[in-house]
Formats: sequence, structure tokens, C-alpha cells
Amino acid sequence: MPQGKKVKAQKVARVFWVDRLKKLGALVIIAFIYIWSARGVGFSLLEIIRELPSFFSLLGEMIPPNWAYSRRLIAPLVETIQIAILGSFFGAILTIPLTLLAANNVTRNKYIYFFAKGLMNIFRTIPELLYAAILVAGIGLGAFSGMLAITIFSTVVIAKLTSESLEAISYGPLEALQAVGGNKLQMIRYAVVPQILPAYTSYSLYVFEINIRVSTVLGLVGAGGIGVPLQTSLNLFRYQNASMIILVTFILVMAIDYASTKLREVLV
Amino acid sequence: MEILEFENVSVVYPGNVEALKKVSLTIKEGEFVVIVGLSGAGKSTLLRTVNRLVEPTEGIIRIGGRDITKLNKKELKKMRAQIGMIFQNFNLVNRSRVVRNVLAGRLSYVPTWRTMLGMFPLKDKEIALSALERVRIGEKANVRADHLSGGQQQRVGIARALAQQPQIILADEPVASLDPPTSHAVMKDLRRINKEDNITTLVNLHFIDLAQEYGERIIGLRDGELVFDGPASEVDEGVFEEIYGRSITDDDLRGGTQVAPREEG
Amino acid sequence: MKINWQLFRRIVNLAVILGVIIWSMEGMNINLERIARGIPSIGNIIKLMFPPDMDFFSRSLSAMMESIQIAVIGTTIAAILAFPISFLSAAKIGVPFSVVFLAKQILNAIRTFPELILGIFFVASYGPGPLAGVMAIGINSIGMLGKLNSEIVETIDRGPIEALEASGSNRAEVFLYAIFPQVLPQFLATALYRFELNLRAATVLGLVGAGGIGVILLQSLQFRRWPVVGMSLLIIIVVVTIIDYTSAYIRKRIT
Ligand SMILES: Nc1ncnc2c1ncn2[C@@H]1O[C@H](COP(=O)(O)OP(=O)(O)O)[C@@H](O)[C@H]1O
Ligand SMILES: [Mg+2]
Repeated sequence: MPQGKKVKAQKVARVFWVDRLKKLGALVIIAFIYIWSARGVGFSLLEIIRELPSFFSLLGEMIPPNWAYSRRLIAPLVETIQIAILGSFFGAILTIPLTLLAANNVTRNKYIYFFAKGLMNIFRTIPELLYAAILVAGIGLGAFSGMLAITIFSTVVIAKLTSESLEAISYGPLEALQAVGGNKLQMIRYAVVPQILPAYTSYSLYVFEINIRVSTVLGLVGAGGIGVPLQTSLNLFRYQNASMIILVTFILVMAIDYASTKLREVLV
Repeated sequence: MEILEFENVSVVYPGNVEALKKVSLTIKEGEFVVIVGLSGAGKSTLLRTVNRLVEPTEGIIRIGGRDITKLNKKELKKMRAQIGMIFQNFNLVNRSRVVRNVLAGRLSYVPTWRTMLGMFPLKDKEIALSALERVRIGEKANVRADHLSGGQQQRVGIARALAQQPQIILADEPVASLDPPTSHAVMKDLRRINKEDNITTLVNLHFIDLAQEYGERIIGLRDGELVFDGPASEVDEGVFEEIYGRSITDDDLRGGTQVAPREEG
Repeated sequence: MKINWQLFRRIVNLAVILGVIIWSMEGMNINLERIARGIPSIGNIIKLMFPPDMDFFSRSLSAMMESIQIAVIGTTIAAILAFPISFLSAAKIGVPFSVVFLAKQILNAIRTFPELILGIFFVASYGPGPLAGVMAIGINSIGMLGKLNSEIVETIDRGPIEALEASGSNRAEVFLYAIFPQVLPQFLATALYRFELNLRAATVLGLVGAGGIGVILLQSLQFRRWPVVGMSLLIIIVVVTIIDYTSAYIRKRIT
């Protein structure tokens, strides 16, 4: 079958070489990162496989869960929920001024705006559990420190998400109000709030779902909730108690996810 | 010489949809056949039975005298390698570069261990690049497929089919997603390749002006039945009205005969 | 009398929320006075951290590098293990329904399991150190990566698959040339996104002994050496910020 004129091997090489060079460059960088990382953590497939049985035997010791222990878990479970609720609630309130300051269409002052955004981004880099560990050391053991940690985290996360929604609102309703002579407060109340309220509520609930998960492990750094008996059980090698706690935690997280979904339907 | 024969071919889809009803026809090597019919008439089904993307419910299909309805998996793959297919939506891997899309046409000719390592023999790379030159986009070889215009993408589709060095090309509404000038350019490409390489070509179209302009032979389908089969010169508006079962409207015409200079390049 | 149902619903909602808040405050023995005392003490802690202890700069930095390394290797292990599961748990690509269902449930279960607890288990079985952190992250991230990747697989364009099947390619070739190039950039993007989260997790895992900068934080918090805490936090903030931006940039480039 005729194939038109044959393309020179030179041309073939040119077309296929560009690709190879790019790939080679990326490969060298990636290889460097991996060698550096693997050496840093002492990565060894052999060791991972060798120790795997002891990991599984540890899991095996957790079976069956100590069902009787579940009765003692009600109080810490309730505390876990309360920590998450209060942390999310205070966060959702404290977030309001921060959101307004970190939205460039509300805060016209560049310095205040960048300060608020910067503060938000700095606080966001630190995980909740580090806040909890720091507060436990600074204020003391207990659920109060856990709640404050969650409050800090919720404030910045909700503010980040909501301020982005706020910056994207449409100006039609605002201009309409301006046209009929509304003042700034009226404009916020009737043109801005209705536009971002659904987003704000939705983000708050989303953060609440994260917070429930976090508050189940706060106890591992001494900040209250169901993690406290978990920490104790693990320290005392009571693995069947630990597995009971983990099981209960699972159920709690799933139940809250479900409830939060329902709540979303009602509120949003 | 007959390359393709249909003998009482019927296709029934699940849900008892009769998409083809006892279609019989014979196509000679090197013919350029246009299949027309309303949407839902069974054009795609007819085309897809040729490479058995759709299995005929009954009847016999012969390619080069050989009944293909009974081929086993391995034979089927070998047969499909000889048949290029061009699609309405091009069916390219958008994020892959053009050459890679065209090389896909060589997959069934290269040993699997080589394709798995991406080590195509020089000969196959040459075939891929010259296929691109045949459709006048050789310089786009290293561009990502989704950075091309619709007409250029369809030419990549044609190049992929050409890279198979096929005996038959099947084109299912190849210009339905293109604008009028580009449609003409792509039809001209198909026609030119058909003539130069003597590749038997079957094209589904629902635009009657394109069918008349580029078809040598026209086959009409209505509700899965073959209702017309004759040279394009014998076809007039009356015949189309019979195939379509209604009067012809502007929607049945692609319009425009000028090839846009941009697309000519 | 006409009842304004919308207003009524709003009032009920508010009352319920308020009730729950009061119940929580009662239960945790929190009152406004405690809060009023708590907020300034946060300010006080921050003040104690300044100036950060410069003597700990290099030790904190190298511990942070270890956290990065833990996150890199952990995320990679998870991405490799999640790869086959991404296809097994994707509906609409020809995997039997029961397999898809089972795989999705397993992914959900893994996702719900807190990585800190996994970290404790791995520290108990592998001994303290970065390898335990690697394993905790490597196992835990499978859940999210598998879920996101299977969603990507479910949305691929079937066109190229059809084209290659029509030209007689075998299953392996269809996978490598029609499916793989479509999903790879997005798989990489989800892995990078997870890497950003894992870097934060890797800073925390040290609190249970699983290596990284958390170990330094744990020790300095135990002895209330606030300037050291400040130094470590400063390094976390700077490094996490740089990596977040770099990762987000790469993600944007490749998708
Ligand atoms: N996979 C399928 N399953 C069920 N029915 C189908 C399928 N594909 C096509 N059909 C039906 O078969 C008939 C012919 O379809 P098709 O061959 O696609 O027609 P055309 O390409 O001419 O528009 C139509 O009624 C269509 O709805
Ligand atoms: Mg069709």
C-alpha cells in the first residue's frame, strides 16, 4: 500500500526526542526527592515486611472488643460531641469579623486586608492537634484546651472559605440597593448576607464534621474527649478496651456525618 | 472485486429495538460509499457491524470473502487491525500529544511487550508521522490533541486510522461536530485518501448535500431497512425525500462549499 | 390567624441550636468567665514563644525535613496501593457491582480511621521513629486517594477506549493508551493534594513518637520551653506555606 513519501529518520528522532528530554528532566528531580526521602526515613521494604506480622498480631489482640467497657464510654463520648459543637460554634462566630476583614470587597484598606488574609493563612498551616498540644501545655489538661484548639482552627478555616465566597458575590443587588439610597449596613443586611449565608452555613457544617473526627483523638494529647480513655487503654496494653473505643468512635463519626447531612438539608 | 458483503444482516438491541432488518449489500474494493438516513435509521449500527463493535443478531458479513461473524477473539483483533474507524467526536486522548494518538493506530501491529514499554520500532514511528503529513498536519506532531481545532482533531483521527494501513475505513458522521468549511475540508481529505490509496471507505452522513457532492455510491436507510442503493448521480431531492420519509429541510444541508483558508493549511 | 411558617421554622431551628449549645456548655463546665480568661492566656502563650530560640533553628529545620520525607514516602506508598483499588471501586467500567461495593466500603472504613491512632499502633509494633509515621500515613491515605481516584475513573471519556478497541488493541493496550493517560495527571494532582494534608499530619505524628518535627515539639512542650516551641512553629509555618504554594502550582500545571 502506498504511504506517500517516507519521512526521514532525522525527523522522527526530532519529534520523539523533545518528549524524552522533558521526561528525563522530571525523572531526575523526582528520583532525587525520593532518594533523599527514603534515606531520611530509613525506608526499607524488608523492615516493613518483617515488622508487619507484629502489627497484625497487635491488631489481633484487639479482638474481640470488650463490650462491657462500652458503658463507661458514654460520658467521654458526650464530651467529644460537646467539644466539637462548642469549638465549631465559637469558631463560626469568631469567623464573622475575620471573614469581613479578609474580603477585599468589604475591607478597602489594603493593609488590614493583607494582615487578615496573612493571619488566616499562617494559622491554617498548623494542624488542630498541635494547637491542642500547645494549649494543654499552656493552659492545662482537659476538654477546655481541646475546645479552644478547635475554635482556633474552625475560625480560620471557615473564614478562608467564606471570605472567598464573599469576594465572588454578584454586585447587582448591591447596586440596586444603592440606587434606592440604602446605607452601608442596610446594604450588607439585604444584599450581602443573603448571598453568602448558604455558603457560610454549609462551610460551618463541613468544619463541624472535621471537628468531630478531630475531637475523637484530642485525648491522645490530653485535650479531653474519648481519646482520653483510648490513651489510657493503650498505655496499659488493654487492647480490647481500645478496640471498643475505636468501634464506638466509628459509629459516632458515621452518625454525626449522617446528622450533619440532614441538618444541611434543613438549614441550607 | 468484492471486499465487503452483507447477507440478510439483522441487529436487535436489548429492549427489542430492531436497528437493522435483513440488510444485504455488496461493496467493491476502493469504493467510496455514503450511507444516509435520519437519526436513528441504523447508520451507526450498520457501520459497527463491520468491525463487530455491534454483533449482528443474524446474517452473514464477509470481508474479502471470509465470514467474520464467527471469528474468535484473536482473529477478530487481527481483522479489526485492518479496519480504520473515524468518529463524530474524534475519540482522541485529549491530554496526549498528537503523535501518541496516531501511534495508537499501530498498537495492534507491534508486539505487546513493546507497546507496554512505549518502544515503537522506527518503522512504526515513520508510518505514524507520514500519516500525519498525509492530512497536512505533520507540524502538529508534538502538540497536545486538545490544543487543536476541531477540524485538526478530526484529521488526527483520520491519521490514526491511516496509520493502521487499513483495507477499509469506516467514518461515523465524521463532520457532524464541524462547521461547514471544515466539513468540506475533511470530506475532501477522506475522498483524496480513498482515491490515492484505494482504501474502501464507508461514510455515514445525514447531510444530503455532502452525500451528493462526495459520495460515489449512496445507500439509504430508513428504520433499519435498506431503501436505496445506487450511484450518487442518480440521486435527487425526490430520492432523499423517500429515504427520509419526509420533505427535505435546511437542517438536512451542511451548506457552504468554500474551504476556509485557515483550515486549508 | 395566619401563621408565618418560615419564621416559625427559623425560630425553632435557632432554639434547637441554642439549646444544644447551652447543653454543651453545661456539660463541659464552660462559662463566659472561663472563656474570658482563656482568650488572654492564648495571647500569653504566644508572647512566651518570642523570641524563638535560634539555637534550635537547625535542629528544628532538619526535623521538619524529616516530616517532609515521611509525607513524601507515605503519600507514595498510599498512591501505589490505592492505584489498583481506584479501578476496582469505580462503577461503570465493567467491574462487578459486588466488588465495587465492597471496595468502596473498605475505602470508607480506612478513611474514618484516625491516622494518629494508626500512628500509635505502628509505633507500638515498629518502634518509635519515622518509619512508623510513614506507615500510618501510607495506610491511612489509601482511603481518600482511592475514593477520589475512583471518582476520576468514573468520569473518563470512553471515546478513546472505543477507538482503540475498534482498531484491534488488546486490553492492556487499551488501558495503557486510552485510560492511563486520561487519569494519570489527575491521579498525580490528588496525590499532591493529599501530600499537602499529609505534611501537616507528619508534623503531628511526632506527638505519638512517629518521627518528624512533632518529636521536638513534644519534648519542648513537656518542659515548657516556649522559645523552642516558637522556633518549631515558625519553621512549620514557613515550610508548610512554601510547600502548599509549590504543590498547588504543580497541580494547576498538570491538570
Ligand atoms: N446500544 C443500544 N441499545 C439499544 N438501542 C440502541 C443502541 N444503539 C442504538 N440503538 C437504537 O437503534 C436504532 C438505530 O440506531 P443508530 O444505528 O445509532 O442510528 P443512526 O446512527 O442512524 O442515528 C435507534 O432506534 C437507536 O435508538
Ligand atoms: Mg449514528
